Amino acid sequence: MSRAAHPGKRPLDILAALKSAVLAALVAFGLFSLLIGLRTDQGPTGALVLTERFGELGAFVAVAFVGVFLRELLLRDKRIDIVRFVPPVVTAAARRIIPFVGPALLVFALVVPVMFFHNRYLLDLSIQILTYVMLGWGLNIVVGLAGLLDLGYVAFYAVGAYSYALLAQNFGLGFWICLPLAGILAAFWGVLLGFPVLRLRGDYLAIVTLAFGEIIRLVLTNWQSFTGGPNGISGIARPSFFGLPFTDGEGGFAATFGLEFTPTHRVVFLYYLILALALVTNIVTVRLRRLPIGRAWEALREDEIACRTLGINTTNTKLTAFAIGAMFGGFAGSFFATRQGFISPESFVFGESALVLAIVVLGGMGSQIGVAVAAAVMLGGFEFFREFQQYRMLVFGFAMVGIMIWRPRGLVATRMPSVFLKERKIVAAEFVAEGRG
Amino acid sequence: MEIFVQQLINGITLGSIYGLIAIGYTMVYGIIGMINFAHGDVFMVGAFLALIAFLALVAIGVTAVPLALFLVLLIAMALTSLYGWTVERLAYRPLRHSFRLAPLISAIGMSIVLQNYVQIAQGARVKPLPPLIQGGYTLIDNDVFIVRLSNVQILVVVTTLALMAVFSWVIARTRLGRDMRACEQDLKMASLVGVDVDRTISLTFVIGAALAAVAGIMTLLYYGVIDFYIGFVAGVKAFTAAVLGGIGSLPGAMLGGLLIGLIETFWSAYFSSEYKDVAAFSILIIVLIFLPTGILGRPEIEKV
Repeated sequence: MSRAAHPGKRPLDILAALKSAVLAALVAFGLFSLLIGLRTDQGPTGALVLTERFGELGAFVAVAFVGVFLRELLLRDKRIDIVRFVPPVVTAAARRIIPFVGPALLVFALVVPVMFFHNRYLLDLSIQILTYVMLGWGLNIVVGLAGLLDLGYVAFYAVGAYSYALLAQNFGLGFWICLPLAGILAAFWGVLLGFPVLRLRGDYLAIVTLAFGEIIRLVLTNWQSFTGGPNGISGIARPSFFGLPFTDGEGGFAATFGLEFTPTHRVVFLYYLILALALVTNIVTVRLRRLPIGRAWEALREDEIACRTLGINTTNTKLTAFAIGAMFGGFAGSFFATRQGFISPESFVFGESALVLAIVVLGGMGSQIGVAVAAAVMLGGFEFFREFQQYRMLVFGFAMVGIMIWRPRGLVATRMPSVFLKERKIVAAEFVAEGRG
Repeated sequence: MEIFVQQLINGITLGSIYGLIAIGYTMVYGIIGMINFAHGDVFMVGAFLALIAFLALVAIGVTAVPLALFLVLLIAMALTSLYGWTVERLAYRPLRHSFRLAPLISAIGMSIVLQNYVQIAQGARVKPLPPLIQGGYTLIDNDVFIVRLSNVQILVVVTTLALMAVFSWVIARTRLGRDMRACEQDLKMASLVGVDVDRTISLTFVIGAALAAVAGIMTLLYYGVIDFYIGFVAGVKAFTAAVLGGIGSLPGAMLGGLLIGLIETFWSAYFSSEYKDVAAFSILIIVLIFLPTGILGRPEIEKV
């Protein structure tokens, strides 16, 4: 970039950039001096001993120095414009493709078990992704549509999982009877929690839901006689194909249909089961959005005071969003229990809630396709970087911050109104106050 | 009776620690209306910085405990403040005009970052420190039960009281305190009358982090063991304390901290220690139902 090409821009100010870089290096030195520069380890006597790591410390400081120096030098006056990197032709083409993304993904999801029948690892990963897609869509009703920040969504997932496990173990009920029961119980808990606290403001609600999630987890951990405590519940009944168990031999699924027995049948069945459950979640959400209740949710998200002025019962509206979101969490939970065959409170920690929330936010709150893509990207990424297990949560945290800063509207940043006059137009994110529909 | 007195002492000590963390939440919430979810982890970072600083001081030959502790206090407060400042600068300031939930989600991200950063840098195992301050006073000794007031407990309570006094003075009497109160009432108006809003917010985070660092040192001295996960539970409880006392109110944060500390210790002593966290979180929910503004909070006026 020469100065002549950009007459309006200031010349490169190396001195100022150097000053910022030195400052950044000093801050980095302060931040990392003790935590990176020295490491505490348990010595042979049990007392802590220090190990020096000044090389790493130097590297961190150097990275801060060079990074800030280059940023100040190149990006200060938008010398290199990274925001407008995508040419308009591409965005126009993308806009035309968007309507076909959903159906294409659906077809792909339907043929995955056929294509990868012999790849057990990929099938398991797909089931996991679909579970999170379903959880994301369920939470999307609460966060994306109604604008209520729920940090304890995993509690309803846990209620669903434990409902199924306990009902199946104590009363010998089958999966298909327990599934609706688990959903109803989770919705019941949603109402129980929501009724008193939904009058609260957004942030308070977030903390109360977080506390609720922790309470559920602590009770599950400590109520040994009922839930099995930290050891959890094992030997949970596997699902059957409408009464036909996936076992080898007489009366099994394979024998009845004259197929050769393979354990993959069950995995494929589980895959289609979660796909169907997720699609039900999606269809219900899309249909609800067109009903008065769905419109009320979105109106509530955009402006609660205006809603009350128009005579919408905000408490009931919030409560239905909460209960329906919780119900789908419960469905997903009982699927999780039947798939794993083993559950323990370990699976329902706050990190799970944060992950589902991150999926919803990354996908673009309220966008169904965005949430599905985000779930695939997130879990696929986790799998891909399995070797760097230590670092992936760190990257995950930074990604949450980064998305909020650079793309607070998520991957799908446009909005499709559910009501329109003549033609359906995409609304850009800048014109939407809160989430998107 | 003896158990009651003993638990009262323990509860006040624990409550002081919660109160110090709660102040960080309440100040930030008062000024920019966001829940600084990463504050609990800043407290954890403070505890780690104190531990490493102490070991480093011992390694270079500073072995006199009072001097070492004083230096550790200074180092940990300074460096933790730097963390508080950096977190605000990197993760919250760019979002000041973003949509409502953005700063909270960013804060959750920052909390995950800090937790995993410390876990990677220092390992996941618990870090024990032998008790530095020993001894104490026996208050009641009647052959059945001994009520003790340890020197660490005295140190925790006295330090907390001293910091509260200094802090109240800063808020009530100094230029910075006046700026903070102005920002709390109305950010835009404060900037119009010449308050440097960015600087005030930064300093709020710095002060909150410094107090959290003190709480971290206290935890290290009192329990003698820390790990990278202590920030989450302590953070949620301290936030509960801030809400209980009335968020935005400084005496409220301290009062809430004491109440949560007392509830927790008495619940452990008389009911079951497994459910002490359940008790604390249930109190949060119950308080918010009946007293949405907390004990000392002001009712919120909704403006359109």
